[in-house]
Amino acid sequence: MKTVINAAGRTVPLEINGEPVVPFRGVGKYKPEGSKYSPPISSCSDYPDDGNKVVGSLEEALRKCGLRNEMTISTHHHLRDGDLVSNKVFELASEMGIKDLIWFPSASFPCNDPLIKYLDDGTINRIEGSMNGPLGRYVSEGKMKGTAVLRSHGGRVQAIQDGEVRIDIAVLAAPTADSFGNARGTSGSSACGVLGYAKADYMYASKVIVVTDNLIELPCFPMEIEGNYVDYVVVVDKIGIPEKIVSGTTQITKSPDRLLIAELTASFLEKSGILKDGATIQAGAGGTSLAIAVFLHQIMKDKGWKSKFGFGGSTKYMVKMLEEGQMEYILDAQVFDLDSVKSLENNPNHVPYSVFNAYNYHSKGNLTSLMDIMILGATEVDLNFNGNVVTHSDGYLLHGIGGWQNCLHARNVILPIPLFRDRIPVIVDEVTTLCGPGELIDVIITERGIAINPLRHDLIESVKGAGLPLKSLRELKDEAEKICGIPQKPQFEEKVVAAIKWVDGTVIDVVRKIKTS
Amino acid sequence: MKESVAISGNSGPKVRSDCEIVLELKSEGGILIDLSSKVKVLYGESIINLLTAILDFFEIKDAVVRIIDSGALPFVLAARMESVIKQLISTDLEYLPEFLPENNYYTSRDRFRFSRLYLPGNTPGLMINAGLHSADGIILDLEDSVAPEKKEEARILVRNALRQINFNGAERMVRINQGEMGLRDLHFVIPHNVNLILLPKCETADYIAQVENEITTIKSKFNIVSQVFLMPIIESALGIENVFRIVNGSENIVAVAIGLEDYTADLGVSRTVGGKESFYARTRLVVAAKAAGIQPIDSVFSDVADMEALKNNVLESKALGFEGMGCIHPRQVSVIRQGFAPDKTEIEKSKKIILAFEEAKLKGLGVVALGSKMIDQPVVVRAERTISLAVRLGLLSADWKKEASAVEK
Repeated sequence: MKTVINAAGRTVPLEINGEPVVPFRGVGKYKPEGSKYSPPISSCSDYPDDGNKVVGSLEEALRKCGLRNEMTISTHHHLRDGDLVSNKVFELASEMGIKDLIWFPSASFPCNDPLIKYLDDGTINRIEGSMNGPLGRYVSEGKMKGTAVLRSHGGRVQAIQDGEVRIDIAVLAAPTADSFGNARGTSGSSACGVLGYAKADYMYASKVIVVTDNLIELPCFPMEIEGNYVDYVVVVDKIGIPEKIVSGTTQITKSPDRLLIAELTASFLEKSGILKDGATIQAGAGGTSLAIAVFLHQIMKDKGWKSKFGFGGSTKYMVKMLEEGQMEYILDAQVFDLDSVKSLENNPNHVPYSVFNAYNYHSKGNLTSLMDIMILGATEVDLNFNGNVVTHSDGYLLHGIGGWQNCLHARNVILPIPLFRDRIPVIVDEVTTLCGPGELIDVIITERGIAINPLRHDLIESVKGAGLPLKSLRELKDEAEKICGIPQKPQFEEKVVAAIKWVDGTVIDVVRKIKTS
Repeated sequence: MKESVAISGNSGPKVRSDCEIVLELKSEGGILIDLSSKVKVLYGESIINLLTAILDFFEIKDAVVRIIDSGALPFVLAARMESVIKQLISTDLEYLPEFLPENNYYTSRDRFRFSRLYLPGNTPGLMINAGLHSADGIILDLEDSVAPEKKEEARILVRNALRQINFNGAERMVRINQGEMGLRDLHFVIPHNVNLILLPKCETADYIAQVENEITTIKSKFNIVSQVFLMPIIESALGIENVFRIVNGSENIVAVAIGLEDYTADLGVSRTVGGKESFYARTRLVVAAKAAGIQPIDSVFSDVADMEALKNNVLESKALGFEGMGCIHPRQVSVIRQGFAPDKTEIEKSKKIILAFEEAKLKGLGVVALGSKMIDQPVVVRAERTISLAVRLGLLSADWKKEASAVEK
């Protein structure tokens, strides 16, 4: 296998799954030429005049779409851990004797673990998407036939639009749909809020199947998936398990250490002047992020400030800011709890906003660079501020990239992370897997101190004399190792099991097969 | 050798930063260590090396060790290994991890004891970062939070924690068990620079004398010169009746605390939010403490989620004369600290009183009025106490008088 050292110093192959790839060239350096990919031309004459595209079963729809070996099948992850549709597709394909499919989900969840069966029996050749838990373990141990490709949410849109990934059939679960294929994420027993991750799929796939358990009379309005992109509609009993789709309620962390990190983060944002009237905010739905949101909300309330907008994953804490007047708009790519579902349905300032519009690097500017405050996580950060989100320090693939890489383009990227998890230090000499270059990561906030990227002179100046516990990454690393001991490194074999794409489609790093003794 | 298999530590899905070790002594076959750990890739070798070194230290040549590790730090691994060994062989040897030089500090009699954070003595996960929460004191608890069958392993864990965890300047406290068991606890902690010992369910001055004797013996054995302070906890009707004698039982007593759960149980009444049932006990304890020149400390507040109620509780406690309160969750620390500290209005008022009084003195006046209120000596003493508290807490500059006159000019 021919390899090359890319601009981040990582050794990467020039071919993945038999296709040539471009090694990472640096942030903003790779600019492909040419036009975007287009799906095949359709003709209305091939579709029923009465607009009724309902067929008898998912199997029938897959057959009508011409399912065959080596096709790329996409699904979205809005039903999260309650998804009943993705697995069904491969169960049917396996029964039909189909081989070597590529599964191209926008993310996978523990509920997708049963797919290991279809990786074993050859129905699926590889997954191009996030890998968690047992799936990640399976891939890390070199058991998957093809090489996994991990992309960010924005990178997935980029890959579709640039024609890197051509979706043959998109199977899109929809909590509410009509017979023409118009569909949305609100209402119905499997309501998930928005369907923004499916936008690129339905626009660019050759064939589109909408699967719903709540068929309503036409028109399904408001709609997120537009029926004129849809080939078939399938009605099933259940597309999802409601309590696993949206957590009834998202919970702030109860861990005293995480709360301390959250408090330090809020204090840093206030003292550095990053938090200000009008500041745009994006935090996640993790327990620490929620606590940060609550602390920020309180500061803004006390000062009489209002955030111009927040970008969701929305949670009840963000909704509270909107309702109490500390946030003007929520732009929402996914909804995490029931309060947010309700807000999205009822509050005109709570607006669906797909990653399709927000995250793609190959577009004319994107939303993430407009965010003042970006709160992200990481499994590891190295002394050069490089970040890893996909593997753990033991070398196993355990997480997807999500929107993480896309969000690194925000004005201030803040990573509030514990200095060690159990005994595992988070700050390392060199990340196990490089997912984001250190030049884009500004501040690391741990329970034992704050490290500011030396490139951010302005931030360093802004908090001088503010009484914050500033330390270098080296000092933090030494402190962790003094407590935990110096860890050994995992051992890898040569075999590449997964490629990590940067937001522009180049290969920033690869994950190699773990050496098991 | 009584039995040949023993177990120590904890495991399970919710256990973190701990481990469970099963040791089986053999008569042949050498040392066999079976390690299952979520950090095996990163620390597998170092864990096995440590366990081997400990077995070697206790001269065990043939044994099977099974360890289920959930990310335990070396001081925890060592404590669990030592305690499992000591269940099977009798020895006076101790496998002591390095005593961190930064843990070698002393505290003073009159330091603040507003907040002191309780840590269960057999739960290492809560200990590691406890020093980050700015509590005035950290209590490693060997009493109520440790199950009876876990007392011995908790002693060894607490000993190792005193040597290896940096509590960032918090007063290093241990709550020992009652009676004889408590006296034995002292042997595990006194040699490792503990600053203060909490004595639960104190009822008589005699017990204080026993504890004091035991400490003196241990101190002379280990050549320890630093002071070990005492804080009796009064938790019964008899204790309240004897409180003044108890607090005068040793010159090392710097504070006395009240434990209301047990006190109300002893009285056969329920503990209410209003606290009417314990009003007498609390005020009697405050008076006894002030008479003896030590700090009265209030009971813990058990609803960790309700910060508003905690705040009210603190303010009420302060109004009764208490000078601190126990914390059972780190989030309570800042609320308690802020509550016991003088607030802005108090500080401003005290400043005015002191300035007005000094001005009056200069003018040769004995009595002065501030607004419609007469200021006399006791009022000034109280104001001075508030100001000195504010200065020590960093809420007010020590040069505040100069600054005040600069503003006037």
